[in-house]
Amino acid sequence: MDSKYEAVIGLEVHAQLLTDTKIFCGCSTRFDAPPNTNVCPVCLGHPGVLPVMNKKVVEFTALMGLATECAINERSIFARKNYFYPDLPKGYQISQYEEPICEHGKITIELKDGSMRDIGIIRIHMEEDAGKSIHDQGSETLIDVNRCGTPLMEIVSEPDMHTADEAYLYLTKLKQIVTYLGICDGNMEEGSLRCDANISIRLKGETKLGTKTEVKNMNSFRNVEKAIEFEIERQIDILEEGGRIVQQTLLWNADQNKIIPMRSKEEAHDYRYFPDPDLMPVIVDQKWKVEISKMMPELPEKRRDRFIEQYSLPKYDAEILTSSRDLADYYEKILTVTDDYKSASNWVMTEVLKNINDRKITVAQFPVSAENLGKLIKMINENIISGKIAKEIFPEMLSTNSDPNVIVKEKNLVQITDTSEIENVIDGILSANPKQIEEFLSGKDKVIGFFVGQIMKETKGKANPAIVNELLKSKLESKREK
Amino acid sequence: MLNYKNHSEKISLIKEDKLSLRENVSFFLDNIKRNSNLNAYNFVFDDCLMQTSSIEQKIKNGSAGKLAGMVIAIKDVLAIKQQPLTCSSNILRDFIPTYTATAVQKLIDADAIIIGKTNCDEFAMGSSNENSAFGAVLNPVDKSRVPGGSSGGSAAAVAASLCDASLGTDTGGSIRQPAAFCGIYGLKPTYGRVSRYGLTAFASSFDTIGPFARNVEDIALVLSVISGYDEKDSTSFRTDVPDFITKLNSIKKFRIGLPKEYFAEGLNEEIHNAIFEKVEYLKKQGFEITEIELPHTEYSISAYYILTTAEASSNLARFDGARYGFRSKEDKNLLNMYVNSRSEGFGNEIKRRIMLGTYVLSSGYYDAYYRKAQKVRRLLKQDFDKAFEKVDLILTPTTPTTAFKIGEKTSDPLEMYLGDIYTTSANLAGIPGINIPIGKDKQGLPIGMQVMANQFDEVTLLSVAQIFNLSE
Ligand SMILES: [Zn+2]
Repeated sequence: MDSKYEAVIGLEVHAQLLTDTKIFCGCSTRFDAPPNTNVCPVCLGHPGVLPVMNKKVVEFTALMGLATECAINERSIFARKNYFYPDLPKGYQISQYEEPICEHGKITIELKDGSMRDIGIIRIHMEEDAGKSIHDQGSETLIDVNRCGTPLMEIVSEPDMHTADEAYLYLTKLKQIVTYLGICDGNMEEGSLRCDANISIRLKGETKLGTKTEVKNMNSFRNVEKAIEFEIERQIDILEEGGRIVQQTLLWNADQNKIIPMRSKEEAHDYRYFPDPDLMPVIVDQKWKVEISKMMPELPEKRRDRFIEQYSLPKYDAEILTSSRDLADYYEKILTVTDDYKSASNWVMTEVLKNINDRKITVAQFPVSAENLGKLIKMINENIISGKIAKEIFPEMLSTNSDPNVIVKEKNLVQITDTSEIENVIDGILSANPKQIEEFLSGKDKVIGFFVGQIMKETKGKANPAIVNELLKSKLESKREK
Repeated sequence: MLNYKNHSEKISLIKEDKLSLRENVSFFLDNIKRNSNLNAYNFVFDDCLMQTSSIEQKIKNGSAGKLAGMVIAIKDVLAIKQQPLTCSSNILRDFIPTYTATAVQKLIDADAIIIGKTNCDEFAMGSSNENSAFGAVLNPVDKSRVPGGSSGGSAAAVAASLCDASLGTDTGGSIRQPAAFCGIYGLKPTYGRVSRYGLTAFASSFDTIGPFARNVEDIALVLSVISGYDEKDSTSFRTDVPDFITKLNSIKKFRIGLPKEYFAEGLNEEIHNAIFEKVEYLKKQGFEITEIELPHTEYSISAYYILTTAEASSNLARFDGARYGFRSKEDKNLLNMYVNSRSEGFGNEIKRRIMLGTYVLSSGYYDAYYRKAQKVRRLLKQDFDKAFEKVDLILTPTTPTTAFKIGEKTSDPLEMYLGDIYTTSANLAGIPGINIPIGKDKQGLPIGMQVMANQFDEVTLLSVAQIFNLSE
């Protein structure tokens, strides 16, 4: 970015909450149901039906508020946001406007240089989702109202970010928090986390905000970064050419990597917000607040610090292991089987994560159970198998999730630690290779590797390497003395 | 003809085999046909005759519900599963709900017989029942006159003996005013006393459901059945429902207030005199009568029309032709579909109120209109709170005039709105009110007296109405 300018970025994030039922009716929130089946008169907006608040939505949103150090307002109210659209059955969306449930919080991000920065949270509020309009099925527009009434939480940040990278870090952190809280699956591609950005630029040192634009439709973390970068550059180019920024809503087009303005007609909304007379104010009294705070799980930083402390892990390891709640849970589950903290960490950070990334799956979908991985590590530590054998049987565990004890037994892979058995093998190899013994005696130490290879071949890799090394060396040395 | 005064007499007659429930229901069905020119019903459920034998059986073996055999008509803004719910509007002419309003379900569960759905002003907006896609309802007392509105069909049906009782809805007087025009009892309960689930919303924070009947006992009986908290309506109250019937005759010497703002100019002299005759009667009975003040009364009509139209503009947004109800044939694109469906589907009064409500909520006008009206609403509520520190009941006229001629006010909506001057305050404050028929003017048109009580004090309201009921 041109060093003369500074960008000012605020993000509005919508997170779909993982409640079983919708926000104002008893319908299921399952997203894979056939179109228009998770519906009832309430979410269809039939005449005379009334919304009834789902308490879980209040609890989840308040939990997010507590996790981001917001004030939880004892009284908050729902409002109607009025606009016409066919996938909005009531002709208004029930949301919160004046008096939201959470206000004045922050999310702390760690910048690339290791410094920490607080990004302010203006407010967090509850609302219902609209349905889906499907425009690409011939000349008709089809409507699926399954999503109508799915609970959403909107998190509005202060305009505290200055680069696309900071926005990316903020969003990543926000996703980490919601997934830790277990209130949203954080999947941007599937739309359970949606992000709009308000962007303006100004000369560095200027305190007044420039004219902002709103960028929508960024449906992945990378797209958020790319779109914001694009928009900052676009605004700078306009100012550099002596132009003026127009306040407008823009759509990110990920296929073409560019931003296109929304038709002005579509954004010319007067939502005519007013308090929804069908719903009573939401009262989160002290007692309920205490109950909600009891649901608070250990958050990422705390867990990371505990991992460093309790398991003596390097910060690097702890950071990666606690990057998601599922991964941290997986790691700690391994530790119910083995107490080799560092080996468990190594296995998770290499084999497990590599596999997850290669296959583009989630921790929950990873086929090897933490218990079985723990058993594998334990078998190495108890000298039942070598690390090498462990790496060899891991692919089978990936495809079957079998107990490694069973695999090792079936394939007869138990490590040979019996010295007399290993001695026999060594003696056989040595007597079959007199030429290599000569080489060793003439000072070519490298030939030891040859012998180890032969021994391992003979034992199918099962001989305990430490014992092999020790016995082989003493036998060769004894030949030197003669 | 009906040979019983109220429901408990009807039950006795049935038990003593002096009345056949089947013949009774047949009488009502025939009477509806004979009086079809009143246009009181949008739909008549002829097959309700089939329920009579099982209910009669239940009455005789003592297993019947509280309303067993009571023949009740339902205003066509309340949903009954698998029956049309039109709200007397073309936009919903073909809509069949899959659910039943809680208030109606409670009637059915108490073994009442639902005989049909009554005509009303479209979406309950109006004071004359002339704004109906099913045509105007005539006043049974004088067929050249309106029955009042918006629950005009429900009032006319009771007044003309086309049922035992009926349910209406009251957002600004829509039960009390037609009860006054038709000369019957009509009660608007406390907001939150009766679940609104299944009531097509006009103005959600004002709408209430209440009964019409020819006597106070039946009003009390129906109210006791339809009242109570409903988990499907978050605005219904978790308070105990008193036994309105047994408390009817526990008459104490109440303190009654006469708000001077309600007896100022504009009130028809005959109504004024009729009410003061009743006031004298109450004085003689030993009731304490005092003049009180409700100083914000003059703003009530304005606040009422700002707030109710605001809510209505949002409540009626769902009728857009997209998913159910009427859709215009001119639906080339989305905007066309919306504009034409709503233009063709809604009547003029609805459009007028949607425009008014949209305007008062628009950015730049919200504070000047909506927010200010909310403030007036709070002040008005405080007026009543103060008044009820001094008195138990407030007594006023129900309407400034008796029933007017059909067509007399249709060209002047403002004059029509001003007819609600005595009734809107109770809805703004959420308090209960009842119309008591107290006689007739020189033209033979019924005169109504309104009594209002504090929130959830329908017991007191009903017991004073009972004084007049018994003195008839
Ligand atoms: Zn639903």
